[in-house]
Amino acid sequence: MRARGRAWVFGDDINTDYIISAARKQSVRDLSEAARYLMEDVRPGFGSLVRPGDLIVAGQNFGCGSSREAAPVVIKLAGVAGVVAASFARIFYRNAINVGLPLLEAAPEGIADGDEVEVDFAAGTVRNLTRGGVIHGRPLPAFMRRILMAGGLVEYFTRHGQYPDPMVEGEETP
Amino acid sequence: MGQTLAEKLLSAKVGRTVEAGELVVCPVDVCMAHDGNRPLVTDVFVRLGAERVFDPERIKFVFDHAPSSHIPLAAQVQRDMCTFAREQGIEVIEVGEGICHQVLPERGHVVPGDVVVGTDSHTTTLGAFHAFATGVGSTDLAVVMKTGRIWLKVPSSVRVILRGRLRAGVYAKDVALALLRALTANGATYKALEFDGPALAHLGVGERMTLANLAMEMGAKAALFPCDAVLTEWLRQRPTRRPWQVFTPDPDARYDRVVELDLDQLEPLVAAPHRPDNVHPLKAYAGLPVQVAIIGTCVNGRYEDLREAARILRGRRVAKGVRLYVTPASREVYRRCLAEGVIADLMEAGAVIGVPGCSGCTAASGFGLPAPGERVISSGNRNFKGRLGTPEAEVFLASPAAVATAALTGCITDPRTVLREEAMAR
Repeated sequence: MRARGRAWVFGDDINTDYIISAARKQSVRDLSEAARYLMEDVRPGFGSLVRPGDLIVAGQNFGCGSSREAAPVVIKLAGVAGVVAASFARIFYRNAINVGLPLLEAAPEGIADGDEVEVDFAAGTVRNLTRGGVIHGRPLPAFMRRILMAGGLVEYFTRHGQYPDPMVEGEETP
Repeated sequence: MGQTLAEKLLSAKVGRTVEAGELVVCPVDVCMAHDGNRPLVTDVFVRLGAERVFDPERIKFVFDHAPSSHIPLAAQVQRDMCTFAREQGIEVIEVGEGICHQVLPERGHVVPGDVVVGTDSHTTTLGAFHAFATGVGSTDLAVVMKTGRIWLKVPSSVRVILRGRLRAGVYAKDVALALLRALTANGATYKALEFDGPALAHLGVGERMTLANLAMEMGAKAALFPCDAVLTEWLRQRPTRRPWQVFTPDPDARYDRVVELDLDQLEPLVAAPHRPDNVHPLKAYAGLPVQVAIIGTCVNGRYEDLREAARILRGRRVAKGVRLYVTPASREVYRRCLAEGVIADLMEAGAVIGVPGCSGCTAASGFGLPAPGERVISSGNRNFKGRLGTPEAEVFLASPAAVATAALTGCITDPRTVLREEAMAR
């Protein structure tokens, strides 16, 4: 579970309305149409600037606000390979795992907009290829990695017919 | 080692002793989906390849996010959910009936000791009913509809001890804002808030709902109130449909943090743009003009809230240049407000009355939207930039009485000034 790409750096408390506004979410049923409105109120034009494989890097409490699963889905549909943040709001965090958007909780010190970074979600590390240095974060528990590796909870269920056993440490084969 | 209320309740559900930090797969008593989320929960259910829901009695669909079905897609989404519900035997709480967190307990669908999941982040509100209630997304809910179970990390808890008694002109909303100021927007992330203390004897169920609702803005996973005499009396007057279970935290339970608040010391507060935890004394903004005033949403659209607003506005008129939007949280609230003259007072004062539902909370509800450059004062729970449809509007959050006072004077004003006049006139 690795990704390498350009970093887009955001601050603290990026809420779900900033990620995708309630009005946009409500007025489209197919969320791939909504992806171009990603972050429109905090960084106008972001939806057309972001490229597949890029990474979002942010401060505390990323994804606070609504339960809208559209938020991680739209990030994923925009091609973003994963999100690194100092901390995540809890509904966003579980929604991201459930829809197969990789996350890493790590304080992203020293990363600037446009830096090339390599994130290992399983090991919990972020390597800054532009400036050098490695940041260590909290890798996801095995239970959540198994859901992520399957591509999300729907994919996990269609394959296994049940939740992963939380008592068993194991990896999903991709 | 003693257990917190959250640990005890979840242990009983899971069927073994669980502690904070553990990942569990937990049975769910009630699950709720509304019409606001994409992807639509019924679409995800189909993608799962599932055929039947685990128990139609324990699933409720509530149409509250687009309470007047104001765009074709909203109507289509509601129609599709209705079709699915009919096939599966699920009860639909239709447009106009009210906001999920208000309607479910009013109809006895949530009882103490329940584990509740809902596709609304403010599902924490149901913690006022001694339920472990938490917000989830569409995929979570679709899987719960199929299996009756959810994956959860057992949260650690923050204990909130409330003392004293609210003074006139100060409300549960001010307590919630004071807590937000103390804990900040992520001070309770991944945690349960457990309310306790002598002040609870004076806090009604509606006031507790306000506190449990705003707990979400502190990042909380759940907000739990004890099942005491106040709650038992409330439940006795409703159609409770199932037997309930009461849990008490152990005296030696371990908490992450203990926060104490003395309600006697509180004054009216506001959350200034653009964050719910940007909390300041209301007097710091006194005199600032507002153009839009909103009373309602799942935080403060209850009878007590509208009654307080009507008390301030009775016999008076909303200031020129201000639009006042008011929405009862449910049909039951609406009916009571009609019977007691509250709606008449508000209408006479110039208020626009909306359809019970989420009206006025986001742009997606199609009600009470500001123009760019306008300033809003709302009794809602979020003031994020752009949430009401334009990033060029400022939103302040306050108690319904403070919103009514601002509507009356045209600017942010301490509600106690008007309440004092009203008391003298009586």
